[in-house]
Amino acid sequence: MKYIRQSLVLLAILTLITGVIYPLFIYAIGKTVFPVQANGSLIEQNGQLIGSSLIGQQFSQNKYFWSRPSASSNNPYNALASGGSNLGPLNPQLISNVKDRVALLQAANPSNAPIPVDLVTASGSGLDPEISVSGAYFQMQRVAQARHLSVSQVQEIIDKNAKYPLFGFLGEARVNVLALNLALDKIKE
Amino acid sequence: MNLAYLNLAIYLVILTALAIPLGKYIAAVFQNKIRYLAVIERPIYKLLGTSESEEQNWKQYAISLMMFNLVGIVVLFVLQLFQKSLPLNPQHLDNLSWDLALNTAISFVGNTNWQAYAGETTMSYFTQMVGLAVQNFVSAATGLAVVIALIRSFSRASTSLIGNFWSDLTKSTLYVLLPLSIIFAIGLMSQGVPQNFTNYATVQVLDPQTISQTVDGKTTSQIITTQTIPMGPIASQEAIKMIGTNGGGFFNANSAHPYENPNAISNWLEMLAILLVPAALCFAFGNLVADKKQGYTLYITMSIVFIVLALLVMCAESQGNPLLTHLRVDQLHSALQSGGNMEGKETRFGVIGSGLFAAITTAASCGAVNAAHDSLMPLGGLVPLFLMQLSEVIYGGVGSGLYGMLVFAILAVFICGLMIGRTPEYLGKKIESFEMKMTALVILIVPMLVLLGTALSLIIAPGLAGISNPSAHGLSEVLYAFTSAANNNGSAFAGLNANTHYYNLMLGAAIFFGRFGVILPVLAIAGSLAAKKKIPVSAGTMPTSGVLFAAILIGTIIIVGALTYVPSLALGPIVEQLQLIK
Repeated sequence: MKYIRQSLVLLAILTLITGVIYPLFIYAIGKTVFPVQANGSLIEQNGQLIGSSLIGQQFSQNKYFWSRPSASSNNPYNALASGGSNLGPLNPQLISNVKDRVALLQAANPSNAPIPVDLVTASGSGLDPEISVSGAYFQMQRVAQARHLSVSQVQEIIDKNAKYPLFGFLGEARVNVLALNLALDKIKE
Repeated sequence: MNLAYLNLAIYLVILTALAIPLGKYIAAVFQNKIRYLAVIERPIYKLLGTSESEEQNWKQYAISLMMFNLVGIVVLFVLQLFQKSLPLNPQHLDNLSWDLALNTAISFVGNTNWQAYAGETTMSYFTQMVGLAVQNFVSAATGLAVVIALIRSFSRASTSLIGNFWSDLTKSTLYVLLPLSIIFAIGLMSQGVPQNFTNYATVQVLDPQTISQTVDGKTTSQIITTQTIPMGPIASQEAIKMIGTNGGGFFNANSAHPYENPNAISNWLEMLAILLVPAALCFAFGNLVADKKQGYTLYITMSIVFIVLALLVMCAESQGNPLLTHLRVDQLHSALQSGGNMEGKETRFGVIGSGLFAAITTAASCGAVNAAHDSLMPLGGLVPLFLMQLSEVIYGGVGSGLYGMLVFAILAVFICGLMIGRTPEYLGKKIESFEMKMTALVILIVPMLVLLGTALSLIIAPGLAGISNPSAHGLSEVLYAFTSAANNNGSAFAGLNANTHYYNLMLGAAIFFGRFGVILPVLAIAGSLAAKKKIPVSAGTMPTSGVLFAAILIGTIIIVGALTYVPSLALGPIVEQLQLIK
């Protein structure tokens, strides 16, 4: 009995410290020092929330850059169902999915180059907000045509939004798809 | 591959530079040289009716530990069964089913964090913060307490006492885990990990999508104009998830989710956080037994095995999937893309940032993932599997890694003792039949749970029903699940549908016995060693520091691990690799 009482008391105290005080302390710091990040890096336009810079969205119109395939259930980029396809590397389903995606991209894009792998594989989260820079370059002709812009204008926007590995090793070359598409929409106006 | 070498080298340099001072600090905490939180500690001990000087023998220590953990399981279990009636549930998430709640309770108390649920649609903020995250702290603290008790038993003589569990647990939480978590939580938040209690955000998407679904021959289409984005107190939980080698994600996608791991910097923070305490404990050990070389030897032993396996997974993943090459897919690495096998991986991490993470999280018994392990290449998936099967002693979990490694060290000196015909000694303590019986128990119980559990699941319907990938990969999914559960890792080949009565109960049992079936014999060893006299070092003593002993230790670990598991690996990832070549 003594052991049970001690266990309950210690669990209660540590719950108070690590389960209540600690997260509230971090919350207070977030609220004062990193308000944008702590609230999910949400983007607001004309008083309306239009997304988060960290959470990807699905695009299918030709005038927008397309995100990576998403394996989230019900619909792609369903933020309530994060997750990958979990298909093994030899799974015939994976191979046929990739074939379909290659066909779709080849039909939509005038480019004859091999397709960057990230554009035909599903991400781990299903919510990947980014594509590789080469994945953006692959699509820029299509986007330029659809928007009656020159390819160099579109490339300029990609280069402005592209991020490269920090110090040469931290991360990979990538560009945020939502940011890219918002930047494109701004030009037209 | 140059990038792989570079990343690994920089990682190890930073890790070592941080772990050495942290090890010194941890040692000082348990030698009572650092007391800045005494104001909080003293009233706690008073409420418990104990004091740090009131030490326990190994049986009392073990009963306290078991009782604390059982109470933890019950409380967490009940919390999940009634979360609908509890506060901080803005999405009105339902109560959990009893088998899922039981599995989750055992899993979090057992420092495993195997998750048969998706956090964003299952757990309320209250359950995550007050239930799961608290166990993230105290389960890691339990591991730390056990290893400190074991180390103590080496440095004292002729006593039955090994320390006070309540005080060891409190100190581990307050002095080690909490300060580190605060630092890492703030760091992660600065990179974009949210910390709030608001409702899930609903946003208008830029390009609304029409989704067609065909059910029973009827096609319905639906236009999706909004996206619902889950929120929560993520940063605080993310930090202890890593620091405590827990690995339980706030969301289903775990550290692949952009809110849990927004960019390359947060990825590095998380990778460092995973191995920080397990690495530091090697140095703390050296300090506590007053022979730093003993700690260095264990650290180097772990690092050598880690380097080889980490390079293997990064290499396998950067080569990409040969089945996609002829489909006109560009998998080559360049300045503009990561390339490689990107199925299940995030653009911001690429194959190197994901491969290294996979090795780290399974070297430690963390189990957080930033890529879908199920979609790793066959050899890439073999690495995390094998790292877990080496009994989680390559750094390992908080505390559990080092006590596991010390058990292997005891086995190694025993084998050497047999070869040279002398009574084996480790750190001045004679290793005799009781210690060896307990060592054998520790080394046998986990493989037994893994192999019998896997075998059973592969011959009965409820086991086979969970498998999602065909042929050899399906076997790997089940093998991975039991390996992960019994070794208290918690990562998964997540295609396996594990939220069923069968898997919830089987894996729950594997976690429980894999955790406490090891802790109890380790405490028994501690009790027995503490009671022995210390033998002075003589010319005949085999040195347990230095290159020779590190080599013997690596040999012991690899031989035990390989002999036990290679047949099962041959049926899973190895067959798959051969099919790929063909």
